[in-house]
Order: sequence, then structure tokens, then C-alpha cells
Amino acid sequence: MNKIFLMSVVLTISGVLPALGNEGDPDNGNALYEIYCTQCHGISGDGKGINIADMSVLPRDHTDKDEMSARTDEELMKAIKHGGKSVNKSVLMPAWDSNFSDQQVDDLVAYLRQICCTN
Amino acid sequence: MINHRNWVLAVTLLLAGTPYLVLADSDVAQLMADCGDCHALNNPNYTQQSATERKNRKAPPLFYAGNKFNRTWLVAWLQNPERIRPAGYYPPAHILRGADGDSVDTSSLPEHTALSAADAAQTADYLMSLKPFTSLVEAAAYEPGTLSWKMGNLTFGKFNGCDACHRDAPDYGGTSGPELYTAWARLQPGFIASYIADPVAWDPHTLMPGNSLNPEVVKKLADYLKVNGEDFK
Ligand code: HEC
Ligand code: HEC
Ligand code: HEC
Repeated sequence: MNKIFLMSVVLTISGVLPALGNEGDPDNGNALYEIYCTQCHGISGDGKGINIADMSVLPRDHTDKDEMSARTDEELMKAIKHGGKSVNKSVLMPAWDSNFSDQQVDDLVAYLRQICCTN
Repeated sequence: MINHRNWVLAVTLLLAGTPYLVLADSDVAQLMADCGDCHALNNPNYTQQSATERKNRKAPPLFYAGNKFNRTWLVAWLQNPERIRPAGYYPPAHILRGADGDSVDTSSLPEHTALSAADAAQTADYLMSLKPFTSLVEAAAYEPGTLSWKMGNLTFGKFNGCDACHRDAPDYGGTSGPELYTAWARLQPGFIASYIADPVAWDPHTLMPGNSLNPEVVKKLADYLKVNGEDFK
């Protein structure tokens, strides 16, 4: 009896914990991405937005599965909140910390995961 | 309960005492009603709305115009409006997708209505009276100074990436933000510094990243817009 109970508690917790770090809403992320990110990353997320003509480093292609799967969620969050510089990338990727709540950053990451890697 | 006598008295006073004022006010009210179809003339409390409201805005908010614009620029621009935002007020609505990437569909950008000299002056007076954010400007405590164009240009471009979204010359820079080569003529110095330091305080759903720059960098950037802007008068 006790053992089964304990086991089910452990299973529940281990099932919930990873989900906690990844509760972003991709639909809301999609809406935010259009408003804030497409100016550089492009309407289809391919890195070819209207701003790129004079940019010395091109925006990441967010539909590039290989590059994007090489990043952890934490790395993506850090780049979004604190800018390219914080992850040893170009200053042309801005820091959005004061524009978004943590929830909104999670939503954006969930959307990035959708466009890079679900087909 | 209606007190008849007071009511009649009030109407009589209104008719006798203030005909000129009522007429002048209704002129401005009439003019501003048109502007209000697209521009926010009262604080819409953006913080209480979701970010998607930015997508539905038709034009820049004007409810803090008196904290933002130089009156001389305003009077001239209202008579002869030239495009400030190369990709419109909401860039994603004006994009053509092509093999080489996105480009601006300039044919979809509207022309702004132009006012007569008299209407422009009257409208500017009204807009300049709207100053809800004086405390933000004062907090920036910016005193214009000078620096070499070259150092300023590096600060604006290479070091901070402002040129990704803004043009500092008619033929150089990004297109999603307002052009900044006429910023010094258009905008009050205190507004420029305050907006660079904390754009989100002015507009919670601004398309400009907050960036959290330190005050010395903010001052250099504002001084650069001054030095650079003096070439474009
Ligand atoms: C001013 C243009 C610009 C805007 C706006 C912009 N980015 Fe970027 N972004 C870049 C550039 C340039 C890079 C590539 C940096 C590099 O490779 O050095 C980049 C890279 C990234 C990366 C990848 C970092 C890595 O590890 O390779 C992520 C994630 C990202 N951007 C997310 C976003 C999101 C989300 C938004 C909207 C909130 C956004 N960006 C808005 C320019 C921009
Ligand atoms: C059909 C919608 C519409 C109407 C009506 C309209 N405007 Fe505008 N207005 C815009 C748009 C869009 C812009 C941005 C233009 C640009 O960036 O070049 C703008 C820009 C402005 C600006 C510059 C704002 C800034 O932050 O750069 C001022 C000032 C202005 N309008 C005043 C007025 C006044 C005064 C009226 C009424 C007489 C008016 N507008 C009527 C759409 C409108
Ligand atoms: C991701 C694009 C982007 C970047 C990077 C950016 N801005 Fe902006 N900026 C904007 C947009 C867009 C606006 C207008 C606000 C809006 O439409 O939501 C703006 C507004 C401004 C204004 C007010 C202009 C006006 O007429 O209202 C100033 C000044 C300014 N930016 C300076 C800067 C400086 C200096 C930097 C570099 C630290 C910078 N910006 C970086 C997009 C950007």
C-alpha cells in the first residue's frame, strides 16, 4: 500500500517538474513574435526581416532545426532577456528584459520550439 | 428634482457670457475629433491591455505630445507631413515576402492629411498643452552636450545596435523604427534622453527594446542625435 503510494507521488513529481520549466503558450508567443521579433527575424522567422539590409551580423534563422536544437531553453531565454551580448553573440540581438514578463518570455520560447522543430 | 430657475439662469449666462469661447473651442474640438479617429488623445492605460493592442493601433499616441515635440517642427509638419516611419506605424502590416526576405510594401503606406497654416497652429497649441509625463522628462535630467560625430556614430551603431532599426541618415539603417536624422529638430531633448533610457515607461508596448543602458551611454546617444541632426536642418 505505502510503497505504491510513494511510487505514485514520485512519478507525479517527476512528471510535473520538467513541465514547470516549460509552460509557455506558443499561441501567445506567436502573437508576441509578430509584434516584436519579425522586424529583424522576418515574418516567417527565417532571419530575413525588413531591417537586415545594413546589419553586419544577420539575425538567427529560427526555422533552422540544427542550430535551434543545439540551444537549451535557458540559453534562448537568456538571449531574449539580456541580449546577444549575454550569450557571446552580436549586440544586434537586443535585450528585451524590461519589455516582457517572465511568462511572455516562456511563451516566446515555446513558439520558437514550435517553428524550429515541429513539422 | 429640477430647479427651474437655476437652470434658466445657467443657460442665460452661457449664451450671454461665452459665445466666442464656445465657438473657438468647438473649432479645435472638431479638428481634434478627426485626429482622434487614429491617434490616442487621452491616456489609454496600455498597461491594463494585452500587448496585442499595439497591433491594432492606427497611429502613434499623441496624449503626451506636449512632452515630446518641438512646437516649431509640429506646426511645419502638420502642413507638410513627410514620412517618419519608413515601414509605417505597424511594420508587420506593410511587408512583402520575397525570395531574398521581407521588404516594405511602400504602396500600402498611407499619406498623412495636411492642415492649413491656421489649423496647424491651433492644433499645435492644443497638442503642446498635453503634458502628462513631465516627471519622466525631469527624471532623465539631460543637459545637451557635444561629442565627436565619429564617437557618437560608433556608440549608435557598433556598440549599441540602434542602427538595426533606425536610420541616422536618409540612406542608412533599419526601417522598423522612426527615422532619427531629423530627431533633434522634431523632438524635445529631454524626451529623447528619457525615451532612450526607458522606452517602456513611455509606452508599455513599444516596439523598441528596453535595453537598460547606463546614463552615460544614454547621454552620448542623445548628444549624437544632436550632433548628427545638425547636418540635416
Ligand atoms: C534588432 C534586430 C533584432 C530583433 C528585433 C530581434 N532579434 Fe533576435 N537576433 C538578432 C540577431 C542579429 C541575432 C544573431 C546574433 C548572432 O548570431 O550573433 C539574433 C539572435 C537571436 C536568438 C539566437 C541566439 C543564439 O543562441 O543563436 C534568439 C533566440 C533570438 N534572436 C530571439 C529573438 C526574439 C524572441 C525576438 C523578439 C522578442 C528577437 N530575437 C528580436 C536580431 C534581432
Ligand atoms: C487615418 C489615420 C490618421 C489620422 C486621421 C490622423 N493621423 Fe496623424 N498620423 C497617422 C500615422 C499613421 C502617423 C505616422 C506617420 C509616419 O510615421 O510617417 C501619424 C503621425 C502623426 C504625427 C507625428 C507623431 C509621431 O509620434 O511621430 C502627428 C503630430 C500627427 N500625426 C498629428 C495628427 C493630427 C493633428 C491629426 C488631425 C488633424 C492627425 N494626425 C490625423 C495617422 C493619422
Ligand atoms: C528593435 C528595433 C529598435 C532598436 C534596436 C532601437 N529602437 Fe528606438 N525605436 C524603435 C521603434 C519601433 C520606436 C517607435 C516606438 C513604437 O513605434 O512602438 C523607437 C523610438 C525611438 C525614439 C523616439 C523617436 C520618436 O520619434 O518617437 C528614439 C529617440 C529612439 N528610438 C532611439 C533609439 C536608440 C538611441 C537606440 C539604441 C540604443 C534604439 N532606439 C534602438 C525601434 C528600435
